[in-house]
Amino acid sequence: MADRAALEELVRLQGEHVRGLKQQKASADQIEEEVAKLLKLKAQLDPHESRQKFVLKTPKGTRDYSPRQMAVREKVFDVIIRCFKRHGAEVIDTPVFELKETLTGKYGEDSKLIYDLKDQGGELLSLRYDLTVPFARYLAMNKLSNIKRYHIAKVYRRDNPAMTRGRYREFYQCDFDIAGQFDPMIPDAECLKIMCEILSSLQIGDFLVKINDRRILDGMFAICGVPDSKFRTICSSVDKLDKVCWEEVKNEMVGDKGLAPEVADRIGDYVQQHGGVSLVEQLLQDPKLSQNKQALEGLGDLKLLFEYLTLFGIDDKISFDLSLARGLDYYTGVIYEAVLLQTPTQAGEEPLGVGSVAAGGRYDGLVGMFDPKGRKVPCVGLSIGVERIFSIVEQRLEALEEKVRTTETQVLVASAQKKLLEERLKLVSELWDAGIKAELLYKKNPKLLNQLHYCEEAGIPLVAIIGEQELKDGVIKLRSVTSREEVDVRREDLVEEIRRRTSEPLHIC
Amino acid sequence: MFHLGLVPGRAWGALLCQLLRPPRTVCVRAVGCHGQVAEAVLTSQLKPHQEKPNFIIKVPKGTRDLSPQQMVVREKILDKIISCFKRHGAKGLDTPAFELKEMLTEKYEENLRLMYDLKDQGGELLSLRYDLTVPFARYLAMNKLKKMKRYQVGKVWRRESPTIAQGRYREFCQCDFDIAGQYDPMIPDAECLKIMCEILSGLQLGDFLIKVNDRRIVDGMYAVCGVPESKFRAICASMDKLDKMSWKDVRHEMVVKKGLAPEVADRIGDYVQCHGGISLVEQMFQDPRLSQSKLAVEGLADLKLLFEYLTLFGIAEKTSGEKVRTTETQVFVATAQKNFLQERLKLIAQLWDAGIKAEMLYKNNPKLLTQLHYCENMGIPLVIIIGEQEQNEGVIKLRSVASREEVTVKRENLITEIQKRLSES
Repeated sequence: MADRAALEELVRLQGEHVRGLKQQKASADQIEEEVAKLLKLKAQLDPHESRQKFVLKTPKGTRDYSPRQMAVREKVFDVIIRCFKRHGAEVIDTPVFELKETLTGKYGEDSKLIYDLKDQGGELLSLRYDLTVPFARYLAMNKLSNIKRYHIAKVYRRDNPAMTRGRYREFYQCDFDIAGQFDPMIPDAECLKIMCEILSSLQIGDFLVKINDRRILDGMFAICGVPDSKFRTICSSVDKLDKVCWEEVKNEMVGDKGLAPEVADRIGDYVQQHGGVSLVEQLLQDPKLSQNKQALEGLGDLKLLFEYLTLFGIDDKISFDLSLARGLDYYTGVIYEAVLLQTPTQAGEEPLGVGSVAAGGRYDGLVGMFDPKGRKVPCVGLSIGVERIFSIVEQRLEALEEKVRTTETQVLVASAQKKLLEERLKLVSELWDAGIKAELLYKKNPKLLNQLHYCEEAGIPLVAIIGEQELKDGVIKLRSVTSREEVDVRREDLVEEIRRRTSEPLHIC
Repeated sequence: MFHLGLVPGRAWGALLCQLLRPPRTVCVRAVGCHGQVAEAVLTSQLKPHQEKPNFIIKVPKGTRDLSPQQMVVREKILDKIISCFKRHGAKGLDTPAFELKEMLTEKYEENLRLMYDLKDQGGELLSLRYDLTVPFARYLAMNKLKKMKRYQVGKVWRRESPTIAQGRYREFCQCDFDIAGQYDPMIPDAECLKIMCEILSGLQLGDFLIKVNDRRIVDGMYAVCGVPESKFRAICASMDKLDKMSWKDVRHEMVVKKGLAPEVADRIGDYVQCHGGISLVEQMFQDPRLSQSKLAVEGLADLKLLFEYLTLFGIAEKTSGEKVRTTETQVFVATAQKNFLQERLKLIAQLWDAGIKAEMLYKNNPKLLTQLHYCENMGIPLVIIIGEQEQNEGVIKLRSVASREEVTVKRENLITEIQKRLSES
């Protein structure tokens, strides 16, 4: 006994030692050595455990989707895909990795976040970082001049998950893009219509879509006096206006980034403005801004866009916001971002905070860069932030205390007495052949109570009970699990009866 | 959403062909590009007009894009498969594309060279998943689950030599269904086969056959035939090629390349050329040599139980070997009584002379049951039975093996009647 206690103490100390090393970011070799010692000690403590030589976990920044999460995910994708299809989009798929050179030079500083595959003697490969570069490659490879496509798939980024809570290294992206030369602003309007339809259908709360235009921002900075070299960095400061106040933003621009204070003030006059189409009209009259050709172009297009959005019935969801400046680099025209106006929180729950749930814009220069003849293929698109939406929907369901079923089984085939396995097998097979979702317990002689309990646990609505007497009478007892009402149904009518009962509209969450 | 009706044969073929089309390659200049999600701040240091060396735009070796047409086909197929899984009460599961390298290498020592490793970029050592089974096992262990009925549809990656023409890729989709847990024997096993049949029928790819065996029967068989335990795996690997190579070639490989004693190989040969339905299981139970192996008897007992359940599920005929015949024999000459060898010989000669493919057992006094079993196993459609009474009356019994219907035919009309039946079928 004393030996065991001493051993347990050694294990505890060694465990602490390992944790300490990891915190201090000691060398990998050292950590490995100490972990090996720890495992040896543990093996002495419990010899049967020693079979497991490694830590049982998913890689850092990744996770399994449990059946419950799969059910939520399926519901969300269902809404999104239905909307894409309603708008006539096709779907494509691309490999999970690309040639390293396809991705090289596309992501600037973020290139260090790309997962490379080991050089194993063949081509050098990297896991895809987003779905846009593969899209451009696909268009170029297939010499397509127009396509309306959606693509839902996982992408990979070696982010440091500790820095931004909830940020994964493997996560879903849900992209929709319209490529091709068309009459102005109609595809752009459709993208915004799709965004609104999806966010409404998902019922995750009120939302707002902020829109702006790259040309308006460029023009605005120009007439305010921002030097070209500071353009990008001033953009990222301005973009923080949705989280911090103007004073702070101004201090950062002047204090940290060396912008002249009067330039900052001029910017301030503009970027704190947001509104509807009336703001567009107002700016078109602005004496300084209207001098700038780029800004005028942008404003003209936004005016047209608002007309279409009104016809689409979504103008009340749109806000022209001059502080919207993120992800600006390769957008060439309209840009947009959808934010939730309130996130459902309960006491003790962490709020998800203000964050975008969808974003996008127009990027006309992309595909032209891939094409050997430099042929332009203008694009406009959007991306739905589904991972954030999964969490919100999960939380919402939990808040409503709604049970999320992980299977879709409609009927459990049960037996009331012993030695009825054969009958159960025959009956469940009939149901499957008729397309009904059914299960049975893998037990020769299960107790009826256990079978009913199984139904309650899994949320199965009906149970078809086979009994000796009922067999003689040629009937099956069909029982509603929730109401516990039972009715005898003739064997030949059973399938029809089940179909009737399961097609009646049930409570949908 | 989709209309899951019959796709016309030619359209189906055309769609399938597209799946096998190799990717086109285009030579372009690589310049800066961009990404679009708000979270990603994409900065590129390249100006649009900067020249970069040419490189070929293509997908990696062994992978492919799926065009919208190919996606339609894929979605229809996956939809049917997943519907079936759900119909049987399976839960969906999804796992990451890569796992800790040590997790995968633990299980796949032989296949290490076929795994895609991620570069060591200072963190954990990772590899792309090779299948969906090890991740499933990890999920069960991590979540301390003792039971689970799950399906998973996802891509896996293997650095094999891709032979695109044969549909072998380095990135491909797997559709797994598994039942984990301790249950009463053979019920989950039967459900797996039922699911397989439902899916293959539902996809309307044509007739199919499911071959069933049991590891214990195989091991027991090798043992009683005299295969030394050290050679078990090697012999298994050879035997596995029987669906592609002839028995002669497999036997040659085992005897010459793997040093198996020829008489042992012959004993194995006697067994492995058998296939059939539940009658074969019964037959094997009676086999004097095989029933010596406790292991084999265990396996046979479970298979017998399995076939009972498969019959209740209505799929027993899909799991017999009848569709794939290895001989073309049309008529079997049998007798129910003793001392009828000469008659059989005379009769069979007449059939041969008329060009009919016929057989009889090389036994003086075979039992009728044995002869009928033989017909079933070999898929012989007709059997003629002679006995004393028939001989006195100048008739022969002509019996359909499948339906068991019997008619009495005059001796002089026999050949005509047989030829009529054979041309009808």
